[in-house]
Amino acid sequence: MDTTLETTITVNGTPVTRQVPARQHLIDFLRETVGLTGSHIGCEHGVCGACTLRVDGEIVRGCLMLAVQANGRKVDTIEGLSDSGELAELQKAFHEHNALQCGFCTPGMLMAAQDLVRTRPEASREEIRAYVSGNYCRCTGYHAIVDAVEEVLENRKGGPR
Amino acid sequence: MKAPSFAYAKPRSLDEVFALAERHGDDAKLLAGGQTLLATLNMRLSSPRLLIDITGVPGLAGFSVKGNTLRIGALTTHRAIERSPEVAQHLPLLAQAAPHIAHVAIRNAGTLGGSLAHGDPAAEWPGCCVALDAELVLAARGGERRVKARSFYRGLFDTALGPGEVITAVEFPIPGAGYRSAFLELARRHGDYAIVGVAALAKSSGGALADVRLAFIGTGPTPILARTAMAAVEGKKPAAEVIAAAQTALEKDLSPTGDLNGSPATKLHLARVLCGRALAQLAG
Repeated sequence: MDTTLETTITVNGTPVTRQVPARQHLIDFLRETVGLTGSHIGCEHGVCGACTLRVDGEIVRGCLMLAVQANGRKVDTIEGLSDSGELAELQKAFHEHNALQCGFCTPGMLMAAQDLVRTRPEASREEIRAYVSGNYCRCTGYHAIVDAVEEVLENRKGGPR
Repeated sequence: MKAPSFAYAKPRSLDEVFALAERHGDDAKLLAGGQTLLATLNMRLSSPRLLIDITGVPGLAGFSVKGNTLRIGALTTHRAIERSPEVAQHLPLLAQAAPHIAHVAIRNAGTLGGSLAHGDPAAEWPGCCVALDAELVLAARGGERRVKARSFYRGLFDTALGPGEVITAVEFPIPGAGYRSAFLELARRHGDYAIVGVAALAKSSGGALADVRLAFIGTGPTPILARTAMAAVEGKKPAAEVIAAAQTALEKDLSPTGDLNGSPATKLHLARVLCGRALAQLAG
């Protein structure tokens, strides 16, 4: 049986084909093989959210998906969403609200926050808290993160805070 | 940690799945969304030689309504159930339960069939299937059979699934007009497995509840239908003394074991609290 398989994944718009060990997680493929180290590895069992990625447009845990499972699929990372400008508003708000300290959780936090911003534009503060509950931050206590996401939602609605 | 080494195959039909499962026996594990399996591999709690990824088999995801039955394919993700208009219309209990399952990034990948086959006693779908009296469709080389969720769970992580069998779909009887449902659970943090949870359903007419179902999760080795508590409410308006009687009766239905979340007494107390809240919600 094959423990290594040829795998093609479209990473941030560019197809990448490699021989991939079946046991390799998608997050390790991106960091070690493709060299995209923006997405972080924390708990490696799906709890902390540091490795949050987008696969075919939906956020997933990069440590709970094998690279071979992503064969033929589109994967977007923090680098792709940052370069395209999609995260610009959130990044500015995180900066201005001091919504990070060490920054380890920030890439995953931004990926989750952007998913909320585009799918739940009417989200309340409570809903924002629930949405980012899958992403651990050990520095900020979350308030500044929730403030930043809330500001982006308010700005998009065009109203004052 | 990293998963141990294994081989990977992605068959394109159930026949190929059966052939691989037969050839590799206990050395093989089925992979659907992987949201539990990959975590256990990463923690090296499991070390199969081969993962058989069944997500390439066509026809195992999606919703179809036939008569009074809503059929949901085993590979349907938690997120698809959460967003499904068919579920919202016919089985609101599932839509109520879905947001309690982990987090969006996990619900996007995890599947109904995977959760049911794994059989965690604190997981949401097994409790919902027991409350709704759903039937699991199991396929093997020899053909299909159906097993009620109420007899599928035999013990802690022990199910009626035989060697080489695959859950292909779940068939839910549609409760129909007049039914109300509630799904409640207590967890330390949003998205954690339930400390205690309840999937509740009843027909409400003129304030009285009929065909009451209360399925508890996190209170034993399997999801548990609280028949004594259900009988205490059946046909009655859930006034304070009726709810209290159901809460008292729960000690005959549940004998929770203590764990890191609390002692047996604490868990029974929490189940009683949820029982009261659920009955109040069913009454409207």
